[in-house]
Amino acid sequence: MTKALISVSGLDTTGIIARVATKLSELQINILDITQTILGGYFTMMMVVDLDGAHMSFEEIDNELQPVRDELKMSIHMQRMDIFDAMHRI
Amino acid sequence: MIETGEILQTLRMIQEENFDIRTITLGINLLDCSDRDADACAARVYEKICRVGEKLVPTGETIEREFGIPIVNKRISVTPVSLICQADPRPIARALDKAAAETGVNFLGGYSALMHKGATAADERLLASIPEVLAETKLICSSVNVASTRSGINMNAVKEMGEIIKKTAELTADADGLGCAKLVVFANAVEDNPFMAGAFCGTGEPECAINVGVSGPGVVKVALEQVKGQPFDIVAETVKRTAFKITRVGQLVAREASQRMNIPFGIVDLSLAPTPARGDSVAHILTEMGLEMAGAPGTTAALALLNDAVKKGGVMASNHVGGLSGAFIPVSEDIGMIEAAAAGALSLEKLEAMTCVCSVGLDMIAIPGDTSAATISGIIADEAAIGVINNKTTAVRVIPAVGKKAGDRVEFGGLLGFAPVMPVNSFGNEAFIARGGRIPAPLHSMRN
Repeated sequence: MTKALISVSGLDTTGIIARVATKLSELQINILDITQTILGGYFTMMMVVDLDGAHMSFEEIDNELQPVRDELKMSIHMQRMDIFDAMHRI
Repeated sequence: MIETGEILQTLRMIQEENFDIRTITLGINLLDCSDRDADACAARVYEKICRVGEKLVPTGETIEREFGIPIVNKRISVTPVSLICQADPRPIARALDKAAAETGVNFLGGYSALMHKGATAADERLLASIPEVLAETKLICSSVNVASTRSGINMNAVKEMGEIIKKTAELTADADGLGCAKLVVFANAVEDNPFMAGAFCGTGEPECAINVGVSGPGVVKVALEQVKGQPFDIVAETVKRTAFKITRVGQLVAREASQRMNIPFGIVDLSLAPTPARGDSVAHILTEMGLEMAGAPGTTAALALLNDAVKKGGVMASNHVGGLSGAFIPVSEDIGMIEAAAAGALSLEKLEAMTCVCSVGLDMIAIPGDTSAATISGIIADEAAIGVINNKTTAVRVIPAVGKKAGDRVEFGGLLGFAPVMPVNSFGNEAFIARGGRIPAPLHSMRN
């Protein structure tokens, strides 16, 4: 399983989770975990996802997220989970 | 499952505390490129580096994107050129520079000679060409090993290097002596060092190998901010834990690069390498321990603790550790060191003491332009003696600032930074350096 972290942050607005989740669903990317919070009107969400269903390269998936970034005017950053596992798990 | 707090800690390290992978360095063996004809040798060198190194930069960039960790430099190190040049080495230098540009790497190291016991004809030819080559090429770094614990100190080479450093500074005077920033004189040079200017691919290395250098002085400093006033036991433990975490990422990047390029993994260099950016300083780790500035009494002890704890933490995080491994203390590349030198807290002599306990040596230090070649040779000899006697790598990378005196400033730009010109002890040593010959290997070299 190729796991990745998608972090979404920016000014809060309606439908952020829906928009991101819909896109991931279209790409056949399964969401494994979500944490989300709002602090002073600032939205932050972290999703752990499984990329294997997408049958696309990491770069292609990242490019697919670009329209969502543009539409929501939010920072959407995807990175492989391995870096967190390496740092925090022996 | 990784907890949110852990994810945030990693992201904070990268985004706010300047944690990065300082370099992926691809070591390439060039012994099979040797030829009596200099141009034929150069052509082979160019072809091999471009072929083997083709995927290095794109692979590094892909890993950066996918893992969300900056990889600041992609570099190539090659077999010391004196071992492959049977004629004029300058065509090879031009081929190396061209190949470095073609592959897109930041630097290429290995315009080097290993002459700790004596010089071959090829070593002499290479040495003579260093000033011209460093002035005329952009991406090549040069290193010369003049001493080792096993063989002692080659004082003929030490003498010659003083003159070569002076000449290199003169030929690159319009760039504040930038050529000297690409030239390092070693004792006990290592074969798998990923850092410049001293990287080369040793003869004990495989055909090619991926060596990775990590960095993160800012991360260590922030971690120490959490243990203000605590005893040194806690300080050492905190550094160890942090070094473990950052080295694990280095190991991950090295493994990925190795797999993707189908090139064997060599080593991870457990290093704290600073940059001139604020929040990326080794000196500021020392001040966080309670010193007003780097150079204050206690600095050597603080650095000894830091260097040791970085190794203890890092060694568990990687299956092969090598290179220079430890804390670097370059002056011009570290804002805390620059400030300490400018304030007069840090002298050349204190830096020399610090090199007894850090990973390398006197690094990126601007000295007055009128410093004599013999004085520079004396500095090299002292530093080599520290390395030889203490069985460690030491090095000298000093930059005589032509036309400038102590207190003036030199500017190299980028990661090489800027530095105040530091005063140098100007009492004479000409008769000492003129002796030449070899200082014998110390008693403890006989370990068999």
